[in-house]
Amino acid sequence: MDFKGFDHPDRQTAGGGTRSVKVMIAGGFGTGKTTLVRSVSDIKPLTTEETLTQASVDVDDLIGVADKQQTTVSLDFGKIGINEELVLYLFGTPGQERFWFLWNGLFKGALGAVVLVDTRRLASSFRAIEEMERQDVPFVIALNVFPDSQDHPVEEIRDALDIPEHTPVVTCDARDRNSSRDVLIALIRHLKARSAVALEPR
Amino acid sequence: MSGPRRPTDPPGLERYYVLTGGRSGPGGSASTLDVATLIISRAAAEPGLQHEHEEILRRCRDPLSVAELGAHLGLPFNILAVLLADLLDAGRVEARDPIPASGAGRGPDLALLEEVLSGLQRL
Repeated sequence: MDFKGFDHPDRQTAGGGTRSVKVMIAGGFGTGKTTLVRSVSDIKPLTTEETLTQASVDVDDLIGVADKQQTTVSLDFGKIGINEELVLYLFGTPGQERFWFLWNGLFKGALGAVVLVDTRRLASSFRAIEEMERQDVPFVIALNVFPDSQDHPVEEIRDALDIPEHTPVVTCDARDRNSSRDVLIALIRHLKARSAVALEPR
Repeated sequence: MSGPRRPTDPPGLERYYVLTGGRSGPGGSASTLDVATLIISRAAAEPGLQHEHEEILRRCRDPLSVAELGAHLGLPFNILAVLLADLLDAGRVEARDPIPASGAGRGPDLALLEEVLSGLQRL
C-alpha cells in the first residue's frame, strides 16, 4: 500500500490502534439528553441525520420527486477522549423511539445506556425503559433534577417506574459536567458489577 | 477544505441519487457499519476520485467516526454508508467497529470497563 503524501510519515499506519466504545443516552422528549451530552463532551455536540423517504423511489420517477415527503431524524452526539487509544462516543437517542431502527441496530455494540427521567413527567421515559429491557441493553436510570422538581425519594420513583432492584437509580443535573460524568461512572460501575457476577463460577 | 457547495449540486433526493449512483443501501462490507465505527484512510486521495470519496479519505487520516463524518459532510447515514462501502471494497479505508462490552464467546471485558472508568475519573 502506498502511503506517500500522508501527513504522518513517522507512523507505520495512520490512526495507530485507536478504538471506540459507545454509550447511548435515552429518555423521553425533553428529559435533558442533549444537555447531558453537551455538558460532558470534549467537542461541541454534533448531529448526524438519517432521512426517511416514502417507500423506495423508482429510478424513472426520480426527477421531480425532491419535494416528496421526507422525514429527517437526528441523533445528537458527543465524544470523550478516554485515553490516547480509546474514544467514548455518547449518542442521544431521538425522542421518537419508533425511529430507532433507522441506524444499523442503534444499541447493538453499545456498552450500555443512561435513561434520563424527568421526575415531573415520569411517563415520558416509560417507553425508553421498556425498549432497553426489550433489547437487553444494560442501563442506569438518571433522575435529572430540574429547578422546580419536587424532592422525591429515589425508592419511590424506582417503584413508580418499576425498576428492578439491581438497576441503579441516581440523581443528576444534566447541565453540570461533573454531575453528568458521575452518571457515566455509575453506568460503568454497574456494567462492571454485572460482569463480575457473570464471570463467577456457577 | 470544506468549501461552499458547488452550485451544480442537486438538492435533496436527487443529490443523494447522483452521489450513490442510485444505490439505496450499502451491501457487503458496509452493512455492519455503526455510527461509532471509526474510519481510517488507508490510501491517499487520487485524482479522478469522486469528490465525496476524496473528502472522506482526506478527513479520515486520523480516525473519525461514521457519525462525525456524516455531520461534517452533511450526509445522512444511509448515503454515507454507500460511499464508505465503495472505499472499503477498494481497500482505501479501514473500518473499526466499536468494542462491545462483551465479545461473542469471550465474556464480559472487565479490562475495557476498567479503562473507561479510569478515563472518566480523570475528567
